[in-house]
Amino acid sequence: MSERDEIRRKELDEVIEHYRGQEGGLIPVLQKAQEIYGYLPEVVQERIARGLNVPLSDVYGVATFYSLFSLKPVGDYKIGICMGTACYVKGAADIVDRVGSELGIKVNETTADGRFTLEVTRCIGACGLAPVLTVNKDVYGRLIPDEIPGILSKYKDM
Amino acid sequence: MNPLKMIKLTINDRSVEVAEGTTILEAAAQAGINIPTLCHHPELRKEGSCRVCVVEVEGARSLVASCVHPVMEGMVVRTNTDRVRWTRKNIIELLVAAHDRDCLTCDRNNNCELQRLAQDYGVREVRFPAAVRHDPPDCSSESIIRDTNKCILCGRCIRVCKDIQGVSALGLAFRGSRTKVGPAFNRGLANVACTNCGQCVAVCPVGALKERSAIDDVWKALNDKAKHVVVQVAPAVRAALGEEFGMREGSLVTGKMVAALRRLGFDRVFDTQFAADVTIMEEGHELLHRLENGGPLPLITSCSPGWIKYCEHFYPQLLANVSSCKSPQQIFGALVKTYYAENQGLDPKSIFSVSVMPCTAKKFEAARPEMARDGVRDVDAVLTTRELARMIREAGLDLPSLPEEEFDLPMGMSTGAGAIFGVTGGVMEAALRTVVETVTGKELRHIEFEAVRGFNGVKEATVAVGDRILRAAVVHGLANAGELLGRFCRGEVSYDFIEIMACPGGCIAGGGQPRSCSKETLQMRANALYREDLGKKVRKSHENPAVQEVYQKFLGKPLSEKSHHLLHTSYEKRSDL
Amino acid sequence: MAFYRSHVLVCGGTGCTSSGCQKVQEALATSLKREGLDKEVAVVQTGCFGFCRLGPIVIVYPEGAFYTQVKPEDVPDIVTEHLIKGKLVERLLFKEEMHEKPVSLYGDIDFYKKQHRIALRNCGAINPEKIGEYFAVDGYQALAKVLHTMTPQEVIDTIKASGLRGRGGGGFLTGAKWEFAARAVGDKKYVVCNADEGDPGAFMDRSVLEGDPHTVLEAMAIAGYAIGASQGYIYVRAEYPIAVERLRTAIAQAREEGMLGENIFNKGFSFDIELRLGSGAFVCGEETALLASVEGKRGMPRPRPPFPAVKGLLGCPTIINNVETLANIPPIILKGVEWFTSIGTERSKGTKVFALAGKINNTGLVEVPMGTTLREIIYDIGGGLPGGKTFKAAQTGGPSGGCIPVQYLDIPIDYDSLAEIGSMMGSGGLIVMDETSCMVDIAKFFLEFTQDESCGKCTPCREGTRQMLEILKRITGGQGKPGDIELLEDLAETIKAASLCGLGQTAPNPVLSTLRYFREEYEAHINEKRCPAGVCQALLNYRIEPEKCKGCGLCAKECPVGAITGERKSPFVLDAGKCIKCGACVAKCPFKAISR
Repeated sequence: MSERDEIRRKELDEVIEHYRGQEGGLIPVLQKAQEIYGYLPEVVQERIARGLNVPLSDVYGVATFYSLFSLKPVGDYKIGICMGTACYVKGAADIVDRVGSELGIKVNETTADGRFTLEVTRCIGACGLAPVLTVNKDVYGRLIPDEIPGILSKYKDM
Repeated sequence: MNPLKMIKLTINDRSVEVAEGTTILEAAAQAGINIPTLCHHPELRKEGSCRVCVVEVEGARSLVASCVHPVMEGMVVRTNTDRVRWTRKNIIELLVAAHDRDCLTCDRNNNCELQRLAQDYGVREVRFPAAVRHDPPDCSSESIIRDTNKCILCGRCIRVCKDIQGVSALGLAFRGSRTKVGPAFNRGLANVACTNCGQCVAVCPVGALKERSAIDDVWKALNDKAKHVVVQVAPAVRAALGEEFGMREGSLVTGKMVAALRRLGFDRVFDTQFAADVTIMEEGHELLHRLENGGPLPLITSCSPGWIKYCEHFYPQLLANVSSCKSPQQIFGALVKTYYAENQGLDPKSIFSVSVMPCTAKKFEAARPEMARDGVRDVDAVLTTRELARMIREAGLDLPSLPEEEFDLPMGMSTGAGAIFGVTGGVMEAALRTVVETVTGKELRHIEFEAVRGFNGVKEATVAVGDRILRAAVVHGLANAGELLGRFCRGEVSYDFIEIMACPGGCIAGGGQPRSCSKETLQMRANALYREDLGKKVRKSHENPAVQEVYQKFLGKPLSEKSHHLLHTSYEKRSDL
Repeated sequence: MAFYRSHVLVCGGTGCTSSGCQKVQEALATSLKREGLDKEVAVVQTGCFGFCRLGPIVIVYPEGAFYTQVKPEDVPDIVTEHLIKGKLVERLLFKEEMHEKPVSLYGDIDFYKKQHRIALRNCGAINPEKIGEYFAVDGYQALAKVLHTMTPQEVIDTIKASGLRGRGGGGFLTGAKWEFAARAVGDKKYVVCNADEGDPGAFMDRSVLEGDPHTVLEAMAIAGYAIGASQGYIYVRAEYPIAVERLRTAIAQAREEGMLGENIFNKGFSFDIELRLGSGAFVCGEETALLASVEGKRGMPRPRPPFPAVKGLLGCPTIINNVETLANIPPIILKGVEWFTSIGTERSKGTKVFALAGKINNTGLVEVPMGTTLREIIYDIGGGLPGGKTFKAAQTGGPSGGCIPVQYLDIPIDYDSLAEIGSMMGSGGLIVMDETSCMVDIAKFFLEFTQDESCGKCTPCREGTRQMLEILKRITGGQGKPGDIELLEDLAETIKAASLCGLGQTAPNPVLSTLRYFREEYEAHINEKRCPAGVCQALLNYRIEPEKCKGCGLCAKECPVGAITGERKSPFVLDAGKCIKCGACVAKCPFKAISR
């Protein structure tokens, strides 16, 4: 096990320890685990199942129920395009198409270099700025498709 | 909720009075009104998800699911309005659209709850495009085959696996129309902590879960002139097989079943109950040995292969407590390929040994690598009760009209003690009959141990064995077992001897039995076995002359080296996930 | 406390944050320090002002100057002109669409004039990260009053008498809910705040959480006192990181100040609050699903009864109130029932916050008395539709609601009137649509949403919405068949009547309401294979109008499949067989010569 793996595992074990025996601890643990690992690998879910004494089928059931949990590795930059009503009415679909064609990936895919993952999201409540996309925690609003290359280039060489 | 308080309501303009806490569905049933159900199962937690049981309640905006909605004073219910019928029909049509419709070639053809509802409600066309999955079936397990393309997401299998069995091998994954039932990460049942108990198969309303069939292998062996094909039949089979042929629940069809097996072409028709008597000899002496030599105690029975696998997955620390005795099926198989073969002058390799079991886990058990010597398997093929029924039908036999015939000797000779192995508490009772007499050397005046009978989840008894008090417990249903063992591991209880059966009610409710729902059916099957016990001339295992002969001529005595070699086994720790 | 002669409020809501308010605030701080004004002028980051279109927004008090779309490079002007010389920076002041002169002052802007802010009263007015500022606007006074002078029953009676109804969608009487839970027997009871604002296009709860988190904590404590609970949970969407952070800060500060925790105000009442983050499931807005989620399970609703007030979280009596509902509680306690009931309509008291979005000039949050007409909201406050487009419909209630066509612009909006015309209040999302919005496409959008967000438990919702979506896809894809409308209606009735939870029971509403008011649009799609709004790609027929085409050839260059050919300076021709209907040519044509 690499040093990085060991640190992450220790972190995960601490989280599990904190929530062990608490009612409703599974979801917070999965959230923290995803923060630590970027997604929820099988071995992590198995460790959580054992640690919290919850059946693995329940862990997997919860992990696949909520859309914010990812079972696949995601890119360094997660691009989320809001598909709330306001954004939809204002052309969010065109933004999805443009980002997709710029990066050569479809929705829920990650670029080969592992840099970008493209997702469509539920309303993020920034309806006044529709259409909106997020790159990790940065928010870009009032978009037109031609702005996309400029936004992406900011993250390409970071 | 006060079950003594009575609630008055009207259903279809008829006034009905039921106890508080009753659901509309139950109240309607009491009034003789049938409401269709799918996700509902009387022995399982109520879910209210399929919605085919909707009814109209005056004052309610939408229809209500009668299986979960409690009755209320003055409630006005209608179960048969245009709106209700038409809504149910649409729901059934939606389910059919999402269901792989290969009905003619389906295991459940003519025995499928969805098919019956579609028929009852006159679903004659499906106006929607098929919304069926195209997943490959899960054939990884020796016991169970799972086909998600037929799954209607009623969740019965999940509830039985989680609530009744405490196993949780199956769960829901994903959501919305992508929702899927299965083990985590879409793993095969063979690759997760599944006990193969088959309770999921027993409650599945459609063809999404079935046993891995051995019918073809058995027909092939029967047609092979070079093979000497012997069959053994477990006790619980004779108490339920008749149901498959429209006979009354609880019909005891031992003789007709033997006749049918002969007509199918088996060379010898033997009784697993004979091996059950041998089991009592071995396990009883193992108990005495442990009592005298400091344990480990409690000794836990090993007849139920679902329980054995459960223990290997979830309580490996207790494997040393489990009796090393093989199950009756495997004891029988081992004796057929050795003792019987020698007697008959047969090459063990030429014998094809078939068992008929109420159980799906027996298929896995028979396939365990340790259940063979020099490549000769103890048991070559395991049929469930349902599979046997199909073979009988296939052969054009009408079970009810067959004559009653006797098992072949010597391995068809059994006692009443062997018969009650099929019901929860039976192994305990059979063991006590032998153990007490062995220790005291005196004949028991009363051989019925009532305390270990019945369907309570956990039964406890203290029994005087000579000058010693034996603390015994009987559990059935793996969730009950897990709970009891948890208490034992925490030091809250202690016992000398525990009987554990994987299925709730024991083998009569096994995963390979005719699918049925209710406790009432189980009670009738149990009664049938107790009748078989009562009807036997010999009711104690150690008094079975054929068993005595096997020890004299072949094994020596219980726990001898030979019996250790042939009749005992060992267990392995398995992953808890 | 230091005295400042001026306060500069910088909006720190999600909208303004993404417009770059952080940089503006930093620039202000540096600039003030450089000028030596940092002891005289305070910079305050507040919650959302509601006027998201114009962010980042800066208000300078005491004047109340309302500066919009402020960039860091504008900061020196604000500092030197306004804060040093005392002159308003005219070029940054807000200008009404209709008027020539800029409106200098916050209170004079039409967008705010017609509003009546109760739930949003502190949003944009205080720094949400400082409990002291909340104290300064009577914060926790209501809790104090309740603990010192009222019995739990009196609290319940007050809330009942106020007629406050749940702002999250259902419109159930809040006081009645509290009373059920108060009467239910249980060792433990819980107060849960539903901050899982999932309706697309609604973001009032987020604004309250970001701008005034303490009001939610205070109201939950009051509710806890009323029903006899000592533990609260706030279930908030993880998609709202700023709200989550501010709640964390607020809870920590409230504990420190003794507003949460043991023995509050020494009155023997203890109450604490924990945060639980939603993980992306719309259905968790349904109360039993939300409880399942707080318990760490898949967010699947369960049949009621038993209702959560009797058997809720972990089997204990539980009340679940939405954020906006709770934000109304402290003012009701402090100002009284008479004040509250004087606002609104007969059966819907108080105000409602609407999130204006879509084809409207002033997108943002507005809070108006119940009974305000749609026309007032859209035209007087919202500034009408941009680009001279005409109003076609407003969609309210999100995926559970419906659309309101032009003939109902003047009905006073409340719970009951909206239900009557086939829509619903929902959480208050209000999306305006013009003639370029296709109502079949909108219905499809919502069905896609509910279909994807269905938990999958009950058959009608899981299978029914899937089949409804299939039909809508067929219709918008040019494959509609006669009978499709009837089939949609048939399914819709089944789903409404037989689904387990509110999500399913209301899922068909967008289809039913568009069918009710825009049936001819469906018929045009099915029978004439035509999308009147020009939205549904598969139904568009691109054609170059020869009389308008000047033969510049730009379209031909742009066309990715070479479907356009022609000689320069004479009309070009589009080969419909090759055309993939991507629309690239339309965007490029300088003469609007390509029709569809």
